[in-house]
Amino acid sequence: MPAVIEGFDLPSLRAQFPALDQEVNGRPLVYLDNAATAQKPREVLDAIAQFYERDNANVHRGIHELSRRATENFEDARARIASFMNASEPAEIVWTRGTTEAINLVAGTWALDNVGEDDEILLSTMEHHSNIVPWQLVAERTGAKVRYIEMDDQGRLALDTLSDVLGERTKIVSLGHISNALGTVNPIAEITRRVHDVGALIMIDGAQAGPHRPVDVQELGCDFYAISGHKMCGPTGIGVLWARRELLEEMSPYQGGGEMIRIVERDGSTWAEVPHKFEAGTPNIAGAVGMAAAADFLEGVGFDLIAEHERTVVGYAMEQLSQVPGLRIYGPDSLDERSGVISFTLGDAHPHDISTILDSEGVAVRAGHHCAQLVMRHFDVAATARASFYLYNTTDEVDRLVEALDTVRGIFAV
Amino acid sequence: MIEPTLNSLYQQLILEHYRKPRNRAELPEHTVEVRMYNPVCGDEIRLQLRVDGDRIAEAKFIGQGCSISQAAVSMMTVKLQGATLAEADALVSQFINLMHGDEAAARDRTLGDLRALQGVSKFPVRIKCALLGFDALQEALKQSRLEAGAQ
Repeated sequence: MPAVIEGFDLPSLRAQFPALDQEVNGRPLVYLDNAATAQKPREVLDAIAQFYERDNANVHRGIHELSRRATENFEDARARIASFMNASEPAEIVWTRGTTEAINLVAGTWALDNVGEDDEILLSTMEHHSNIVPWQLVAERTGAKVRYIEMDDQGRLALDTLSDVLGERTKIVSLGHISNALGTVNPIAEITRRVHDVGALIMIDGAQAGPHRPVDVQELGCDFYAISGHKMCGPTGIGVLWARRELLEEMSPYQGGGEMIRIVERDGSTWAEVPHKFEAGTPNIAGAVGMAAAADFLEGVGFDLIAEHERTVVGYAMEQLSQVPGLRIYGPDSLDERSGVISFTLGDAHPHDISTILDSEGVAVRAGHHCAQLVMRHFDVAATARASFYLYNTTDEVDRLVEALDTVRGIFAV
Repeated sequence: MIEPTLNSLYQQLILEHYRKPRNRAELPEHTVEVRMYNPVCGDEIRLQLRVDGDRIAEAKFIGQGCSISQAAVSMMTVKLQGATLAEADALVSQFINLMHGDEAAARDRTLGDLRALQGVSKFPVRIKCALLGFDALQEALKQSRLEAGAQ
């Protein structure tokens, strides 16, 4: 049994998550699908309820008290996320529906304005589809070419071949900070330096990083960074695009509508200041409030403790899983290079069958291609099962996972 | 201990068809071919039929996916060899009944090995796996009739 981490009270932490306290198929729930979405602590649920119960009104347009409060809550939330990501100022935080929309925003504005037919967009084969398809759409419309950084056999970016694909023609690079399919942590600061050396910009998909580690956009030095609320204990339908102010200033608007304009005339309009220029229509106000509460919650627990605990649990899981006969783990061997995701296959049992059998014992994992078909192709598998861990998971839950995998082995005679 | 419902899902017969699928091969002389893909899970089936008049002279498939989808299509092709198009229609609707938990379907011997899949009806998220091959069959029957009508 791993040592107790001082200052990290796991039972009382778990007690703050109502959804964790339930039985599934007659067994206490073991929730290991955190890379898909995280459960929500009471603090976040209360913040959302409180907003609707007390302060609900539309933002930026009303003179009355509730509208003032709603606007204040909404803009305070922006400032909260700005500090969460260490942005220079709240105006660099654009609210989106999530990481996917943030990437589409950059692809649909900056890239369409700046990428031409002789240019190249550089991605990697590790990416989630949400960081591939928006760029393919840009390539279709501009004639630009999409290129890929390859992976090595441990699912790490093959940076020794980076100079083969990164060069003068590269206009923008877009990479995940942490792989949702493999858990690989990419050396973003190092890659960013090399990208800037050739004069390109770099966007980071931080969907899997924001929940697990402090994101410091200034230290990383990147140009765009996106996170999602729901993967970091916040609500669904809210996320953030961060970009440096000068980039946001020169970018075209994303969608047209209310909120994003300055003056509308018969023959054209002028745009609101950043970030409002990118936020057409009534925003997800309660979502922003909830995401800010999630940032409070995570920083209240402390990312150092979260990281230490997750490393303990993931380390234990890697150790236990590697002893299961017939089980193969994908991704980096070293805990220094991976986050809370463990992707695996077990003999010839299909991941969907694994997931059904685990579910019958109350263990929730994901099975499939994890929206990363290029990763599956790299490892020549159709699908994997994925157990993904978060701050509230325990080593006992790892034991439950391994025990349920024994049932899979029994049925499939692995 | 293996849950009783889990036992009913993963019958030996299913695992046996999964490991040793029947009629899994190319059928170069096919008259109709349908690809079905489940984008949610990546399961894939390519069903090939050689239709002669109103009969399916031969049925083969190529596929990859979970035990349920692959066993179901394997069992289905066994039933299709030499079946009339009308019998194939009936097989599709009776199998759909089975997936909806219909007890008469569960007793229907004409389903053959497919009856082993009745446990799937207790796992709603897996029903689409079992139906993948039947979706392909429905489409193949439709295309065959359209072609026959055009001639």
